[in-house]
Amino acid sequence: MSVESQLLRFTTAGSVDDGKSTLIGRLLYEAKGVYEDQLASVQNSSVNRSTGPIDFSLLTDGLRAEREQGITIDVAYRYAATPQRKFIIADTPGHEQYTRNMATGASTADLAIVLIDARKGVLVQSRRHAFITALLGIRYVAVAVNKMDLVEFREDVFRKIEAEFLAYAKSVGLKNVAFFPISALEGDNITEPSPRTPWYTGPSLLEHLETVDLVEARNFSDLRFPVQYVNRPTLDFRGYTGQLASGVLRVGQTVMTLPSGRITKVKSLPSYDGELAEAYPPMSVTVCLEDEVDISRGDMLVDPDRVPHVSRRFAAKLVWMHETPGEAERDYLLKHTSQTVRAQIAKIRHRIDINTLAEQPANKLELNEIASIQVETRRPLFFDSYAQNRTTGAFILIDPISNATVAAGMIEESTAESLEPLKLGSLEFSGETEATVTPAERYKRAGHYPATVWLTARQDLAGMLERKLFDLGCSVHVLADDRESHLLPELARVLNSAGLIAICSIASPDVAEAKRAQELAGDTRFLLVDPQQLPVRDEEASEVLMKMLEDRGVLRRKERFEVGEGI
Amino acid sequence: METRVLSHLRALEAESIHILREVVAEFSNPVMLYSVGKDSSVMLRLAQKAFHPAKIPFPVLHVDTGYKFKEMYEFRDNLAKELGLNLIVHTNQAALDAGTNPFALGTQKCCALLKTRALLDALAAGGYDAAFGGARRDEEKSRAKERIYSFRDKFGQWDPKNQRPELWNVYNAKIEKGETIRVFPLSNWTELDIWRYIEVEKIPIVPLYFAKEREMLVRGNNVIPLEHNYPIQIGEKPEMVKVRMRSLGCTYCTGAIRSDAETLPQLMDELVQFRRSERENRIIDHDTEGSMEIKKREGYF
Repeated sequence: MSVESQLLRFTTAGSVDDGKSTLIGRLLYEAKGVYEDQLASVQNSSVNRSTGPIDFSLLTDGLRAEREQGITIDVAYRYAATPQRKFIIADTPGHEQYTRNMATGASTADLAIVLIDARKGVLVQSRRHAFITALLGIRYVAVAVNKMDLVEFREDVFRKIEAEFLAYAKSVGLKNVAFFPISALEGDNITEPSPRTPWYTGPSLLEHLETVDLVEARNFSDLRFPVQYVNRPTLDFRGYTGQLASGVLRVGQTVMTLPSGRITKVKSLPSYDGELAEAYPPMSVTVCLEDEVDISRGDMLVDPDRVPHVSRRFAAKLVWMHETPGEAERDYLLKHTSQTVRAQIAKIRHRIDINTLAEQPANKLELNEIASIQVETRRPLFFDSYAQNRTTGAFILIDPISNATVAAGMIEESTAESLEPLKLGSLEFSGETEATVTPAERYKRAGHYPATVWLTARQDLAGMLERKLFDLGCSVHVLADDRESHLLPELARVLNSAGLIAICSIASPDVAEAKRAQELAGDTRFLLVDPQQLPVRDEEASEVLMKMLEDRGVLRRKERFEVGEGI
Repeated sequence: METRVLSHLRALEAESIHILREVVAEFSNPVMLYSVGKDSSVMLRLAQKAFHPAKIPFPVLHVDTGYKFKEMYEFRDNLAKELGLNLIVHTNQAALDAGTNPFALGTQKCCALLKTRALLDALAAGGYDAAFGGARRDEEKSRAKERIYSFRDKFGQWDPKNQRPELWNVYNAKIEKGETIRVFPLSNWTELDIWRYIEVEKIPIVPLYFAKEREMLVRGNNVIPLEHNYPIQIGEKPEMVKVRMRSLGCTYCTGAIRSDAETLPQLMDELVQFRRSERENRIIDHDTEGSMEIKKREGYF
């Protein structure tokens, strides 16, 4: 291993009988990850289930309970290195009830080794491993067809398994699948090509691990920098620290801060080893910005041209990891990058049978179950789909009572289905025409027409527009959806009825709610702003909005209105 | 275009710095356990990097059994001064005064009092809610299953069968009053990674790690340091042996190894050659199979 060698994290999936521990033991042994006295300790071990001269599996079964029961019950991490690469191996149990552990081990892995017993072929559990591998977004799969020595190293056995697994892998969306005919016990095709499989011309398993492409998988285009901690040792130094999830940070680069939407530039990237010119994933760095902006932990620096989703609602796949079942409409804490928010499972869409992939209705989630759900959070998150970004697309759920980590979530590409909105049921607008104060009178006093401005993911802009309108003499009020939630369309309607301009500032694009607001407000009074069409700078954007309001005839700006004056 | 790939050492560094910052951001009163050893030295450097240009924003706690090497105490005090550390030294003085030593009580009881008890008392006294430790998963079999955030109950105990799942780099920091989290930023480093990093970063370490002629007691396969009046049996005689320490524990329980490695490259060569697990020379781990797991359940790091 050299100073410049690279890091490959991989996970192993397979059951007790597939010889997984033996394979890892063998890999560790071959890649010099096993110390001689550990070998000696294995040979002296009080539990003797060894059949050969060295039982490699005893090297990897760490805990007493496991040694006694002869099973692997928890994720264990192993380390090995060759001159090319350092390996971090998440050794995960393959038994059904331990889906949780497999997901855990898979979460950080670049590659998964799926073990298949050559005598048994592709079993239900092999499919399960493939599914979880795909679910956790592992880029490379190496299928180790083990115990080839017990099937006389026959090519037809290997090819049949290869074809069957490949078909299944495709159905769950796995690409980059490679197959290896091996004997972990006897060492065939582990470190070098075995003379006993002349029909196999591919690399050995270890060679494959040493050469899979680690760069291709990286995302250098979408800047995502979750702010972890604000470093303020003195009054004149303010550094935002964090680990780059994706994209590249350069000095002088324009960045947007979320949730404020404020635009600024990178002033410097100071470090213990001197100033950096640029930073890329997975570096942990400190960023100083040009402007004094109010940023705290949980905020995110992003590329203004490639912003993430900003929403309180999204769809996700969930792996339930706790004995206490998961239920909709219960409060959980959701931790996503450096942000922890209150959250609920708004809806369990369906549970997924990991053996058949069948979608089944469910009203709660049991340990090791996987489901497709909708999440609603108290504050907006800044996220990408997990398929696009394994950092900004991932979250865990924590039970606020027991503090246990109860679930792991992967955010999906699709935005959430619209939820049944809460309605102000008793609110009737029919009274308007019979009102003693008419809209015309209100207009005359206010000097402008009522209107509803619908703004998405521009919290600061909403405030700036409110200020501008107010300074002009308008009656205006911002409604933000982290406070009033789904009542926004109705509340805006009430404000309009009272002659006010309502600015609805919502976190997430929500077509259904915007449409409802439009119906309630009426087309002429409703201003839906496409966030893509607005300038990124709040000052410019607010001018655009003022102009739009003028064009609609809601207000005239030439002179400041005085109360009672009319336009 | 230049390929933007971090070397494995820089990737490990980035992961550790992320962990250090995460803890400082989420806990109210973290502390770093400092053993004066090479792993502690690496942890300190990572902490310097994580919070640069600020000073390390938490105290550093040395649980001192009173039986450490003289060179370790000197090194510790110099470094604390140089880095401006808030160094806290805690010793179970009552146990020492009562004559606790491995010869009288056996290594297990001695460790329980001077290390585990002392550690738990020190953590309770400081009211710390998180404690960084330098343990690595490659050190010993039970460590391989340790989380990066390792939850401990009100009695400091570890329950290996009931650990919180830990996914991605999203750590669960939620605890109740009295509960603590032990945090292991070096979890994914191996012994060789530590040495390479010390070399690349030029991190100062205690000279005991390097081979030198030292006065030792040779007893069978063990080469025993003679500090703190090691009880010599009749007929035994100290001799000068060229040795170094693989790991730094208490002088009574840390065996030296015969070595010619006087520099870091020589040391790493030796390491690759011998491939012996570094804890082999610490007598405590060999008491019974799985002894580390038992100690950890009781609250040891």
